[in-house]
Amino acid sequence: MNKKTKSRIEMGFIYAFILFMFIIIAYPLLWTIGISLNPGTNMFSSSMIPENITFEHYKWLFTDPSSDYLIWYKNSVFVAVVNSVASVIITSFVAYAFSRYKFVGRKNGLYAFLLLQMFPALMGMVALYILLNLIGLLDNLWGLILIYVGGQIPFNAWLVKGYFDTIPRELDEAARMDGAGHFQVFFKIMLPLAKPILAVVALFNFMAPFTDFLLPRIVLSSPENFTLALGLFNFINNQFANNFTRFAAGSILIAIPIALVFLFLQRYLISGLTSGATKG
Amino acid sequence: MPQTSPATKDVKQKYHNVKLATILSLVFAGLGQIYNKRLLKGIIFLIIESAFLITMLNFIIHGVWGFITLGEVKGEDHSIILLIEGLVSLIVIAFAATLYVYNVIDAKRDARLLAQGESVPSVRKQVKDAYDAGFPYMMVGPGLVMLVFIVVLPLAFMISLAFTDYNLYNSPPRNLLSWVGFQNFVDLVTLSIWKKSFLNVLSWTLVWTVVATTLQIALGLFLALLVNDERVKFKRTIRTVLILPWAVPAFVTILIFSAMFNDTFGAINKDILSQFGMMIPWLTDPTWTKVALIMIQTWLGFPFVFALFTGVLQSIPRDMYEAADVDGGTRLQKFRFITFPHIMFATAPLLIMQYAQNFNNFNIIYLFNEGGPAVRGQNAGGTDILISWVYKLTFDTNNYNMAAAITIIMGLVVSIFAFYQFRKTAAYKEEGEM
Repeated sequence: MNKKTKSRIEMGFIYAFILFMFIIIAYPLLWTIGISLNPGTNMFSSSMIPENITFEHYKWLFTDPSSDYLIWYKNSVFVAVVNSVASVIITSFVAYAFSRYKFVGRKNGLYAFLLLQMFPALMGMVALYILLNLIGLLDNLWGLILIYVGGQIPFNAWLVKGYFDTIPRELDEAARMDGAGHFQVFFKIMLPLAKPILAVVALFNFMAPFTDFLLPRIVLSSPENFTLALGLFNFINNQFANNFTRFAAGSILIAIPIALVFLFLQRYLISGLTSGATKG
Repeated sequence: MPQTSPATKDVKQKYHNVKLATILSLVFAGLGQIYNKRLLKGIIFLIIESAFLITMLNFIIHGVWGFITLGEVKGEDHSIILLIEGLVSLIVIAFAATLYVYNVIDAKRDARLLAQGESVPSVRKQVKDAYDAGFPYMMVGPGLVMLVFIVVLPLAFMISLAFTDYNLYNSPPRNLLSWVGFQNFVDLVTLSIWKKSFLNVLSWTLVWTVVATTLQIALGLFLALLVNDERVKFKRTIRTVLILPWAVPAFVTILIFSAMFNDTFGAINKDILSQFGMMIPWLTDPTWTKVALIMIQTWLGFPFVFALFTGVLQSIPRDMYEAADVDGGTRLQKFRFITFPHIMFATAPLLIMQYAQNFNNFNIIYLFNEGGPAVRGQNAGGTDILISWVYKLTFDTNNYNMAAAITIIMGLVVSIFAFYQFRKTAAYKEEGEM
């Protein structure tokens, strides 16, 4: 067998495997789209390729008076925006101090971050519930935001600090010589240079409220406060299969924008993650 | 603030007593600083300590009392609130103690400088110094406070609960809780129903973590290598499609899979397997549920690893491979000695995180089948991992004390991952540099 045929056979296998993966990836996604176009709300009588395509579920989500979908969308966007902005501010403050200053507790603080990022918020769920209850933020979007912002600090501070460390110190020292203060160095030098990693942090925290369902489930109880993930979960959790087509339609409407943003930005995500992890 | 002239400096050198300054600052924060002629600093310390004593003393005494006793009057003292207040007081005490120690060190240092004949700096300089020294604390402050109350306090609370007798039948405000030492841990490994559940859940959690994570890493690595082959065309499109499972929110896909794997109506049985005359009990037989879970997690998890490895592969210098070609290296050798060490060096910490994440992967277990199906003779579902079991114990059966005890065990396992990360990070950095 000569080299060329060998290479051809190899390529055949490679493409075959990639095609196989394509099918495995596409099948559930196309199935969901198919189901969402079925008439009726029942999954059992639906099929992947519906006989008569209908958009009634999409219409129902937006126009039916008993549908809270738009409220959930609004809640999710609100939580996402506030969470994203607050996280970037607080995290970059912390990361700046850890990257550029020597102070008591700095090293132990870094170790503590490393340890704490391993513990999901879920481990302290009982306490979070009681604490929010004590300060009256249970079933309140602000309570949810508070937990998100606090919980993301260890991981993201570590990430941003790793990135700050790669910005040459000579830059801020030169600025100091010219009489720039602590804040000026921070706002005029560090933040502009760290834009890529700050974008990653902003994106992570923007996406979290759309995809997380557990914390909202613990914190929020009234339907008008639900976020999308929680609301959709209740579509099928309350009466399984009864609303499955609606759930499918609602899911597609969140999955598409999120997937698009994600595909656009994934390159930055990856570079941010690797630089933060290896240089951290 | 008196300006010191060179003449008075010598006098000070004789009379300024470092020990006295230290003792004064020990007696009451700020006194030492005033003795050191640092009036501004001294007054600030004085105000802080007085304010602290006036406003917090009662709260702290009450808090510590509550933490120790967990309440004394049934129906009136709420043990859980007392416990939380107690933990908050302990945190406040820790903050105060840090400040206090700092005050003593500061007084001692200034006194020593003074005794050595240094002059007292001007107020302006003092304010600037304080600002410079305090700046990092100011930046860390808001984050630290949030961290303490949202992450550390809840963890401390969970840890405390593990040593109490808080459950459905013994819950405040009707009953008082009490400290029971390690009784919950002993129960976990001696009472037969707990022992059986615990061992089953623990072993499945470990199998799940290792198998699911390794599979997703292996598949991601394999695909990254395939697509990175220079002969493959349409790389960009292929990569985009392969990343899709990561881009779609996981909770959506898990719920979709849950429907697709439905025993009677799901697409897998109805549309695919029925053609081969098979019906697999995906959701009612624990073993099959486990198989399904591992397959789904592989589907969900490989794109991240794939994207990660693709990035690293592109950064490996080409001349290394060319050099290997010259030396007649085989493809396997190239992989083993160039590619593999490269990607492992760059991504090991992130891969370890993948294991840690799957260890705590509540979403997939709970959303797919709520940890079910139920299994006879144990109070955890057949596919429950530790964290979903804890969730159920907490919110379904209110076995708070046992849930907390299990959480501590999970914490210990997680710490092993963290320990590895420490070493990894320490290997990259010299101590002071980090």
